[in-house]
Amino acid sequence: MYVYDEFDRAFLAERVADFRDQVERRLSGALTEDEFKPLRLMNGVYLQLHAYMLRVAIPYGTLSSDQLRRMAHVARVYDRGYGHFTTRQNIQFNWIKLEDLPQAMADLGEVGVHGIQTSGNCIRNVTTDQWAGATPEEFDDPRIWAEILRQYSTFHPEFTYLPRKFKIAITAAPKDRAATKVHDVGLRLHRNEDGELGFEVLVGGGLGRTPFVGKSIRPFLPVRDILSYIEAIMRVYNQFGRRDNIYKARIKILVHEIGAEAFAEAVEAEWANIRDGALQLTDEIIDDIRARFLYPDFAAVEDQPAEMTAALEDPRFATWYRNSVHRHKVPGYSIVTISLKPVGAPPGDATADQMDVVADLADAYAFHEIRVGHEQNLCLPNVAQKDLPELWRQLDAAGLATPNVNHVSDIIACPGLDYCALANARAIPVAQEISKRFADLDRSRSIGRLHVNISGCINACGHHHVGHIGILGVEKNGQEFYQITLGGRADEHAQLGTLLGPAVSYDQVPGLIEDIVDAYLELRASPKELFVDTVHRLGVEPFKERVYATH
Amino acid sequence: MPLIENGKLAPDRFTRVADEDEAGQVPPLPASTPVLLSLDRFLKEEEALASTNVEVGIIWPNNKPIAEIVPYLPRLALVALNFPTFRDGRAYSQARLLRERLGWKGPLRAIGNVLRDQFLIMSRAGFDQIVPVKDADAQAFDAAMHSYTVFYQPTGDGRKSLLRARLGRSATRAEHDGSKDRGATA
Amino acid sequence: MAAPQQQKLKVNGPVAVTANRLADGAVVWRTAAGGWSTALGDAAVVTTAPEAIALLEGAHKRDTDAVGAYVAPVILGDNGAVLPGNLRERIRVNGVTFELPASTLPAA
Repeated sequence: MYVYDEFDRAFLAERVADFRDQVERRLSGALTEDEFKPLRLMNGVYLQLHAYMLRVAIPYGTLSSDQLRRMAHVARVYDRGYGHFTTRQNIQFNWIKLEDLPQAMADLGEVGVHGIQTSGNCIRNVTTDQWAGATPEEFDDPRIWAEILRQYSTFHPEFTYLPRKFKIAITAAPKDRAATKVHDVGLRLHRNEDGELGFEVLVGGGLGRTPFVGKSIRPFLPVRDILSYIEAIMRVYNQFGRRDNIYKARIKILVHEIGAEAFAEAVEAEWANIRDGALQLTDEIIDDIRARFLYPDFAAVEDQPAEMTAALEDPRFATWYRNSVHRHKVPGYSIVTISLKPVGAPPGDATADQMDVVADLADAYAFHEIRVGHEQNLCLPNVAQKDLPELWRQLDAAGLATPNVNHVSDIIACPGLDYCALANARAIPVAQEISKRFADLDRSRSIGRLHVNISGCINACGHHHVGHIGILGVEKNGQEFYQITLGGRADEHAQLGTLLGPAVSYDQVPGLIEDIVDAYLELRASPKELFVDTVHRLGVEPFKERVYATH
Repeated sequence: MPLIENGKLAPDRFTRVADEDEAGQVPPLPASTPVLLSLDRFLKEEEALASTNVEVGIIWPNNKPIAEIVPYLPRLALVALNFPTFRDGRAYSQARLLRERLGWKGPLRAIGNVLRDQFLIMSRAGFDQIVPVKDADAQAFDAAMHSYTVFYQPTGDGRKSLLRARLGRSATRAEHDGSKDRGATA
Repeated sequence: MAAPQQQKLKVNGPVAVTANRLADGAVVWRTAAGGWSTALGDAAVVTTAPEAIALLEGAHKRDTDAVGAYVAPVILGDNGAVLPGNLRERIRVNGVTFELPASTLPAA
């Protein structure tokens, strides 16, 4: 865990006071809605269909048990007893009142949690791998760099009114769990031939109505230069990004219009002026940030202890273990994913009681630490293997042990028309119905890794372009219709999905997905060939032929 | 509209002269008072102005690279940057570049849709003159400027950024243990 | 498709003006008396663009009461009942179309 110091706490208290004053001025009429809206957005406050929504950042996906408990408290006291985890390592409360928001924020601020820059045209919550610091695959803990960027970007005087929002994601492992290729800036931490740490810098990725995979503009940026280089990117974007059309204002459009090469040249020219300036990170500064991350006091314990191997005799435990438990860098420990996708439930939702259960389990078995991933699941990154059976038993009792991680029912879905003022179609009930169709876990296991992503409109909060199966809700003559794409992926081989065929009605979607899955089972070269690989090998045509023949 | 100069309400010595008046005529420049002109008007009058001692300020367009202002700087007594709406943040970059790279030490004025909630970041970007739209915002200037004491990143405003400010107190860095004792909020 | 707020005003059938209350975001409907009500049944229902524009202009006069006002279709049911005219408005009036995650576990 990163430990906030008195500076961070002072800043949060000042921010809460500032927002309280802004809300008072709004309620009194001193601020118009047009003036207030960007201010509330920069504190994570949206106005949705039924109520205000508060989006709270979970910086680089890391939460302490106290912080999660405080989120449960906010859900209970100011909302309707649950929260929704999003694809950008945030949590959303859907029913909160503007009048209550300053106090809710003060409550969260007490444990170092806030909604700062979770919306608005500024640098958003910097996201990274939910396995950071625990996976054996990584070159360094990416959270160090996410934290440095969090501090740098917080209330940045130059970049608070950008042309549009700006999202940065970092991966430090070759396997990309942070979707860095579909962010405004993606940073891929690695070592060069001399063993030095640095970033590959990608820009101009993104989803929405004009999706792009990010382009690499620098293969290796020494870590000490990360802030000056980001400042150069931001400065070029702030001055030259389009402001005439909200749909063309993201950096991806600028990069596309002038070309990645010209964009890179502009960035390098700007960077040459500032690289040796005040933003250059010294070892002392990096070490100072690194020292604020507390790591668990891992014990020297046996790998694959008898307590765990004995429990594997229980087929239910064994099923969960094979699905939701992942290799840790320390022998005798594991990373545990907690599915927030029980069959038939809204994806990514957790009740206040479930949050408390997870917080308690983190205290008992996981060094007080919880993670949130972009797939809308939770994670306990540091669990001793001997504790896995008891952890599983308690998760199971709380409805948190569905062994469907990375399965077809592990669906990413945006809130859709049930909550969102921008949506054209519902997403959550579609996800619920699909997951019911694949409730049989043996069947879903035999299908293997398959990511279904659903967005309720073209803004693509459900990342439909990069779902192995993507589902996009549209509206036609007052009815909900859904376009299906196949073959997208958000990982290190990021790719946008290909449209399968004509849009289908709300009622037809679950059956169509079943038909697509049946076609895959028929077409795959072997049970080892994943859905997405079959699509890449064959294209969408054979799927189209089989699926639309029956509809 | 009120002018705040270096933190205090001040009379505006400069007369803003439009490019055209309502009748479509080009209004004459006042003979001896300082004037604030658009870049276009300034370029048209450059020669005439050169023969006078009138102090001149220009409004630099926010879609024109600020580096192009350099040849004119020696002639200028004021630079104004424009916020057509408070959501258009291009002038923050222009202000920082003007101060931190192009070396402008003279007055730098924020004009346009200038509101209270942006005063502090304008100041951090290098503006020392602010022309708020609302009188009430001008009255609240001091409070708005002091709403924060913590600054995470360096600009040219001389404030120590947090990344560096922390280093000076490394002797007392028992923050891991201390964070609980000190209470959650400062 | 743009959100309703951004659409050009076309009125083909009965409509009402709706918004969200400033203080708590609740869905409210513009009444004939020039106020706001949380009950759709209290809404002023009109059928022509000029009437709808007049309602909307009234709604925009004070933005400390309600925000984001726009014209929404309604359906006139039997015995004068006013019903939401499309899925979006049905959801705004009746709530989400699935069960909210219930806190079924014993409190921790």
